[in-house]
Amino acid sequence: MTTVEIFGLLKEKFGDAILESKTEGVPSPYVAVAPHSVLNVALFLRDNEQTRFDVLMCLSGMDYMAGKFGVVYHLDSMPLRHKLTLKVHLTAENLHVQSVESVWKTADWHEREAFDMYGIVFDGHPDLRRILMPDDWEGYPLRKDFKVPQYYNGMKVPY
Amino acid sequence: MITTATTDGPTIRRTETIPGLRRSLRAHEMIVNMGPQHPSTHGVLRLELIVDGEIVVDVIPHIGYLHRCFEKHCEHMTNYQQVVPYADRMDYVAAMSNEFGYVVAAERLLGIKVSDKVEFTRVIMAELSRIASHLIALGTYGMDIGAFTPFLFCMRDREHILDIFETTCGARLLYNYMWIGGLSHDPPASFKDKVRDFCRYFKPKINELNELLSYNKIFIERTAGVGVLPPEVAVNYAVSGPTLRGSGVQWDLRRNDPYSVYDRLQFDIPVGKGIKGRVGDCWDRYMVRVEEMAQSVRIMEQAVEMMPSEGDVQSAIPKRIRPAAGEVYARTETPKGELGYYIVSDGTASPFRVKVKAPSFVNLSALPAMSRGAMISDVVAILGSIDIVLGEVDR
Repeated sequence: MTTVEIFGLLKEKFGDAILESKTEGVPSPYVAVAPHSVLNVALFLRDNEQTRFDVLMCLSGMDYMAGKFGVVYHLDSMPLRHKLTLKVHLTAENLHVQSVESVWKTADWHEREAFDMYGIVFDGHPDLRRILMPDDWEGYPLRKDFKVPQYYNGMKVPY
Repeated sequence: MITTATTDGPTIRRTETIPGLRRSLRAHEMIVNMGPQHPSTHGVLRLELIVDGEIVVDVIPHIGYLHRCFEKHCEHMTNYQQVVPYADRMDYVAAMSNEFGYVVAAERLLGIKVSDKVEFTRVIMAELSRIASHLIALGTYGMDIGAFTPFLFCMRDREHILDIFETTCGARLLYNYMWIGGLSHDPPASFKDKVRDFCRYFKPKINELNELLSYNKIFIERTAGVGVLPPEVAVNYAVSGPTLRGSGVQWDLRRNDPYSVYDRLQFDIPVGKGIKGRVGDCWDRYMVRVEEMAQSVRIMEQAVEMMPSEGDVQSAIPKRIRPAAGEVYARTETPKGELGYYIVSDGTASPFRVKVKAPSFVNLSALPAMSRGAMISDVVAILGSIDIVLGEVDR
């Protein structure tokens, strides 16, 4: 199925939870979903006979600057050979999105990484801890406004 | 090093929960740390093993010791091309494959088409790199299990590949060879002959490795039926590469989502069949790598014949790399599995965001699922069989 068809399918099923779909004039089309309905949409996309997205290829946190954040899901279907990009748009005031760890186990570490790097909170994740940075690290390094600290645990950072 | 719970009864005495385990320790359980400095972890990886006697109840991997902000660095580059040497340093035993993935993604973003000569040279380099990476994986795997000799044989054969790399681009480990739109050097006149010689040399060596290690009784006892990863679990964890194919799933991006010129080349996709134990055990994952090396030789033999000798390898390199605002997710099959680059451009000369989906990162996340119920010594065998490179896990 193409992104347009999947968008139609999702719109019919979920209504207002499906926000928009950009298919014209962009190199890679996507479907945008409301943060509070990601889990249901993900379950539907995995289990529906027409979509069967059994693989979450990649999950990326995003900082679009000016207080706008996002999560991007790249889905792939092995049996049906089609792909889909899902996007969730967040604002700095409310960085909460549903976790899809229960749908695709691979999301476990990807979501921990997005939390570690951007501070995006995945509600329902069973073990949301920092994964790459030390446990006592302050701030979220991949945010565009992140300043490299002068000191770490009392040690001067040499550059 | 070792923390024990008080064991004067069956009641749970430890009340604080362990991060990652999400429950308190039971009376008979204890924590054993494996790593960060441990020869079997192939780098700086710390595994927290929750063991009940000799049986592993759970594994909690702690990663990040080698984190060096690859993605942040990419955003601070003044040029898309400058990312290539950094990409080398992720999976440092198969650096060519990382570059290949990045240039495929960047060229898709820019809409560049490169000549056949460049494509076939890249394919040959990627396949050589695949063999080199698998040789390291198999050799060190034997060493983890207790067989020292195969490692030396593997390193000897790998040396021939590094020699080809050295004559082609001057470097032996980290190449910066594939550029966006081309290659850094024209392959030397002797390139094709060297590749042909290597193919001829290497084919019998696979049988040698089989005799020495693959069908060795001790090796089979240690790996067959150990660390079974069922196919549906493998797919749900999105593991890729030999780890996925070892579970019997015939999925190879060179065939299933072709990039470069792989759709013009003939090769088979080996999968695990559970000959010695069960489908998806350590031996299957091991054997998939052995068989893949033979397929890589086959690909190179075809590619070297189809590769045009004439042509400029730098003609498609853009003077200024400034993609229009947009994004791309491109994935390639590296020796470890599916390497994905998600590149977002905002129309300036430097990338707005580069996210790397590293195969080792994802494969390692399935380690607890494979290890529960195994013996402590089996964890070493399982970890070796998924062939992680920490440079890529931590980025």
